Amino acid sequence: MRIRITGGRVIDPANGVDCWQDLYVAEGRIAGLGTPPAGFTEERVIDATGLVVCPGLVDICARLREPGEEHKGTIASETRAAACGGITTLCCPPDTTPVVDTPAVVELLRRRAKLAGNAWVWPLGALTAGLCGEQLSEMAALKAAGCVGVSNAARPVENTHVMRRAMEYAATHGLKVFLNPEDAWLGRGCVHEGEISARLGLAGIPETAETVIVARDLLLIEQSEVEAHFVHLSTARAVELVAEAQARGLPVTADVTAHHLHFTDTDVGAHDNRYHVRPPLRTQRDRRALRAGVVQGAIAAICSDHQPHEANAKLAPFADTEPGISGLETLLPLTLALVEAGVIGLGDAIARLTIGPARILGVDAGTLSQGAAADICVFDPRRRWVLEPARMLSCGLNTPLAGGTLTGRTRYTLLGGALVHAGEDSSHG
Amino acid sequence: MIEVPAGRTENLQLDERGRLRHFLTIEGLSRDMLLGILDAAESFVSVGRQAVKKVPLLRGKTIVNLFFETSTRTRTTFELAAKRLSADVLNINVATSATAKGETLLDTLRNLEAMYCDMFVVRHASSGAAHFIAGHVADHISVINAGDGQHAHPTQAMLDMFTIRRHKGEFSDLKVVIVGDILHSRVARSQIHALRTLSTGELRVVAPKTLLPGHLGRQGIRVFHDLAAGIRDADVVIMLRLQKERMQGALLPSTHEYFQLYGLTEERLAGAKPDAIVMHPGPINRGVEMESEVADGPHSVILQQVGYGIAVRMAIMSMIMHPAQDAPGAAG
Repeated sequence: MRIRITGGRVIDPANGVDCWQDLYVAEGRIAGLGTPPAGFTEERVIDATGLVVCPGLVDICARLREPGEEHKGTIASETRAAACGGITTLCCPPDTTPVVDTPAVVELLRRRAKLAGNAWVWPLGALTAGLCGEQLSEMAALKAAGCVGVSNAARPVENTHVMRRAMEYAATHGLKVFLNPEDAWLGRGCVHEGEISARLGLAGIPETAETVIVARDLLLIEQSEVEAHFVHLSTARAVELVAEAQARGLPVTADVTAHHLHFTDTDVGAHDNRYHVRPPLRTQRDRRALRAGVVQGAIAAICSDHQPHEANAKLAPFADTEPGISGLETLLPLTLALVEAGVIGLGDAIARLTIGPARILGVDAGTLSQGAAADICVFDPRRRWVLEPARMLSCGLNTPLAGGTLTGRTRYTLLGGALVHAGEDSSHG
Repeated sequence: MIEVPAGRTENLQLDERGRLRHFLTIEGLSRDMLLGILDAAESFVSVGRQAVKKVPLLRGKTIVNLFFETSTRTRTTFELAAKRLSADVLNINVATSATAKGETLLDTLRNLEAMYCDMFVVRHASSGAAHFIAGHVADHISVINAGDGQHAHPTQAMLDMFTIRRHKGEFSDLKVVIVGDILHSRVARSQIHALRTLSTGELRVVAPKTLLPGHLGRQGIRVFHDLAAGIRDADVVIMLRLQKERMQGALLPSTHEYFQLYGLTEERLAGAKPDAIVMHPGPINRGVEMESEVADGPHSVILQQVGYGIAVRMAIMSMIMHPAQDAPGAAG
């Protein structure tokens, strides 16, 4: 299919592009910007007048729930939601049932994702067998099967010796480790430890639950010379630690979730379990530092940390509910809200959703370079819309934004040159 | 701009005219509302002393004591309060029934709703459980929080305020000290809200750092780690119950050391005002929070607290079921 996307503002941060030009797609790849390739005759025109054309978004962390928890979501349902949100590449953590610690599970994930055909899915393999934090996983086999990195997901590796050896073994095989920095013991709460936890009588998670482990892991990274990525920073102090390490030349990166850039522990208000997430939402000071980290680049990616749940998982008192927000369909508007608020420029914001996370994952995505796969997101940056739960595509309706009003909506999503999403008010000929 | 819809648990306990619809927490209730409850409770004290201990205020109403956590004192005084108001009372000890079979909290509620009950008195081990239930029950049902996790125990705090007012009068003249496990205590949390709303002259807490939340100082509460200093010239000494499981969480070394440092003895009590009163929400660990000489001594009002608990709970139940036309509103 040969497509001309016409009249849009093309923003491709990886190539420093921000211009009003037509974009040409042929044979599933980017065929030209501004001038069509020789002999190009389009079969379809997508009118992007008034819209932004950017690389398909890359989401560094989304739970698809398959295999094992198909009552919360499936690869087909969640990648469909991703396409609707303009996301064309996503990375899923290994904490499925069974855990992604054998090539067989990797193959299952990749096959189902390919069958669904809504997004490129890159799995992370388990850092330790069964995520138990005791024995190393077969990392070489996981890498060969297609894992872009290894991670113990939300299961802390308590044993520092095991963490050191796991990093060394990952470094041996050129695998990046993805680290969720949370201390197994200090992290035994459900909200940020502070005035709100004290007021609500909820067990707190202190800032040190994160910073102690970031500090420990940074020292181990330095020693083992492994490439590492910190998943979902939540505290100002951790952003500082990571930025200092980057300044020293350590090969570390970090991301933040879109909800941590917007909400704080005060949103938990009167036990509002829609805001029950891990790491917990922290203070306004932390939110300011996270935003500054995104602007300055210490945090190179904004992710959805998509965690779909069935309704019952959230129908209980706060501490008894499962943490997590269904975020694929709101990643773009939440990020655009930062642009609207003057926190970050549009180009930088798009970079944190495209080339930033693509480089962290080490995958060929997140650009509109000539010859790159035609993964494209076309969105209306000014469109006001209501996130109606009944029209969400994810199986998880667990988001505080359900029923809320957002600005910025994906109009078209192209995956390898194929239209995988066309918004309701779109017309294409 | 993102606009996020309000949650289901915001501002639940007052109706649109500022009258009590549920009783979930002291937080957010006005001084007038608290005084209204104390005044109403005064009128119910005499009911318990009559030969016929009943008034017909809640005749025909069904009240369910829904206890997901065991309790003797609180459940019994709620039951007596409801019966003295002529309501029908159903006691359900969920700790040993439905949820043990895998039924969810919401299923249990739906079943009870189907039996046309009017009020749930709820105790649950999870903070926020009463808010959650109030946010999900049918409109005609009111919820009273009889203790939710480590969050709130508002009827206990009100009976404590009633006890203090009866023995000491005006709150603004008083030095009140709370001793013990503030961090994990729903009683302390509710007491602190109530004492501040009632403009207590001076409010102090005494505990080791491991049993204190970190932010009390900013609320104008004086924090002490030394009992002798904290108790000096106090008018009211409130001792909190120490849960045995605190020894396991690396919060305290032993009950022995706790008593050595924070146990109330006659000798230590001598540092308070000569007419100080000693309170405890019960049940007391004798030899841990206080020695028997204090618990049974002339300063102790612990048994009066239990008796007043019935009158205060009668007042709250009747205010919810029969809201006055011009009820005192919420705090601003």
